[in-house]
Amino acid sequence: MSSEVYERIRKNPKFDELVSKRSRFAWTLTFVVLGIYFAFIMIVAFNPTALAAPIWEGGKATIAWPVGVSMILLFWLMTGLYVKRANSEFDDINAEIVKRAIE
Amino acid sequence: MSRGMLKFAAAALALGWMSLAVAAPDVGQAQKQALNVHAIVMFFIFVLATLGITYWAAQRTKTASDYYAAGGGITGTQNGLAIAGDYMSAATLLGLTSMTYFQGFDGYIYCICFYVGWPFIMFIMAERLRNLGKFTFADITSYRLDQRQVRTVAAIGSLTVVVFYLIAQMVGAGQLIKLLFGMEYWMAVVIVGVLMVIYVTFGGMIATTWVQIIKACLLLGGGTLVMLLAFSQFGFSFETLATKAVENSKKGMALMAPGAFLSDPVTAVSLSLGLMFGTAGLPHILMRFFTVPNAKEARKSVFIATLCVGFFFTVVALMGLSAITIVGTNPQYFEGGEIGGKLIGGGNMPAMHLAHAVGGNLMLGFLSAVAFATILAVVAGLALAGASAISHDLYANVIRQGQATEAEEVRISKMSSLGLGVVAVLLGIAFEKQNVAFMVGLAFGVAASCNFPVLILSMYWKGLTTRGAIWGSIAGLVSAVLIVVLSKAVWVTVLGNKAPIFPYEQPAIFSMPIAFFFAWLGSVTDSSVRAAKEKEAFEDQYVRAQTGFGAAGAASH
Repeated sequence: MSSEVYERIRKNPKFDELVSKRSRFAWTLTFVVLGIYFAFIMIVAFNPTALAAPIWEGGKATIAWPVGVSMILLFWLMTGLYVKRANSEFDDINAEIVKRAIE
Repeated sequence: MSRGMLKFAAAALALGWMSLAVAAPDVGQAQKQALNVHAIVMFFIFVLATLGITYWAAQRTKTASDYYAAGGGITGTQNGLAIAGDYMSAATLLGLTSMTYFQGFDGYIYCICFYVGWPFIMFIMAERLRNLGKFTFADITSYRLDQRQVRTVAAIGSLTVVVFYLIAQMVGAGQLIKLLFGMEYWMAVVIVGVLMVIYVTFGGMIATTWVQIIKACLLLGGGTLVMLLAFSQFGFSFETLATKAVENSKKGMALMAPGAFLSDPVTAVSLSLGLMFGTAGLPHILMRFFTVPNAKEARKSVFIATLCVGFFFTVVALMGLSAITIVGTNPQYFEGGEIGGKLIGGGNMPAMHLAHAVGGNLMLGFLSAVAFATILAVVAGLALAGASAISHDLYANVIRQGQATEAEEVRISKMSSLGLGVVAVLLGIAFEKQNVAFMVGLAFGVAASCNFPVLILSMYWKGLTTRGAIWGSIAGLVSAVLIVVLSKAVWVTVLGNKAPIFPYEQPAIFSMPIAFFFAWLGSVTDSSVRAAKEKEAFEDQYVRAQTGFGAAGAASH
């Protein structure tokens, strides 16, 4: 029985729309995270002094710390961005597709 | 220190910090301390509260779904806290504070590596996990594949991870409790084992979740409080904190920039991979995704968990930096009062000494109780994951081939958790004097190489067949275990040989590609009728993964 429903869902063009929209969004965010993360790791590996610049002229605190904090903060905000869109826009389309299929 | 020694120190820390077991070389010879009354009273309160919760949870645990997945009735926010709780062990508090204390910014880099798996889990895994899974992650890998074969290897993978992780936690717990509470080692291990079995057997996932939530709040609250008290001594100025730290550390300005951490890029990348994908293959973390009612809540839980983990890592880094000045210049925290010598209690103690320095015995007692509570919550989660692998995968679906009743399945699960408790206590006592740091590395290595590749392929790759899944799992398991055994951590440190056979200690960069390769090879060369059917079944699985239609506990559709 559910196999028929799955068939109907798959045939609904909205399903393709949902999948491609959500996948594109998810993968874009993933590549941004991985890109920033590995760029950071490369700087750490090959040019660590770049992070040793002081925040305030003549100070001891380096930009390494705020760079780290910003990364953590940014990645968290990106998860928030995903939840916001997935839980409203995508889930609305999703609910509609399922409703159509079981009617 | 020579460059070679630095590398060695970095590698040793890298492998070991994740568990309390990192303390093994130091804490292994830990002196029993005087009985810590504050700590014991507060811990007693925690235990009473959690036993109350277990009693309450037991009343509500009626079906198998209640037992394994809290009936899918946990909210996203609650589950997010519980996931964060599973992830933030006592090792995070002690090990990462100590790493920042000794290594400065390198400790924070470590935190970032440990953190970056979470956004990945959110974007790529969370909703599919929730939509496809029911009680264990093998529900997903075996969704369209051969139930018996795939569940058998998945259960082996889960149990390997659980047992090694449990032993490491047990040994760490025993040492830590001996040190902080002034209790005998064996008594500490037995107490942890008994409480773990009580939570899991009587309260199932409901009790385990709430123990985890309470512990997460205590850990976040306690850590933040100590950090704020410490930071206030620097007038809440990061510049002052940094200046003082640089003045008072042997490392000087080297504290403030990346140092030895990536001196060996292969190890560093391998470690990153292992942490990132190992997290996504830990059975007790994956199980948490089945406790929420739908994908919406699953996403919310990752959002909350990511916030808690990121925040806590930053708190811990600030604690470590503050401790350089507050603990590192105070002779009372060094053996023989010799500043810069050995820290009392070993290298993992800066967090505890800091708590004492800023809040006296009361704060030390509080943080000790929090550390104990943390261990209890983590082992309970592990025990439940292990028991589920035995009862739901091996017993109900492999041995009884789906014919077992729910009551029988749950009974087996309870017996399994009792069995795991006994095994964990016995091994915990047997390994008291051993260096068990490698066990956590092994647990993450197996999670990343045996569990994760097949899990992600089963969700994303139509071509995966039963044979591919089996080959991939076994190749990942064997290569990860072999690499760890032949590396310095086991071959030299544990077995006492002169030189390691394999030069790297972190398996992931090697064992993950091996697992993926064999999963691919086994699948594409599989032209059986069964394989064709399995590929065909991907279509329905795909629709369910995307829409959640037919998902367990989503009956409202």
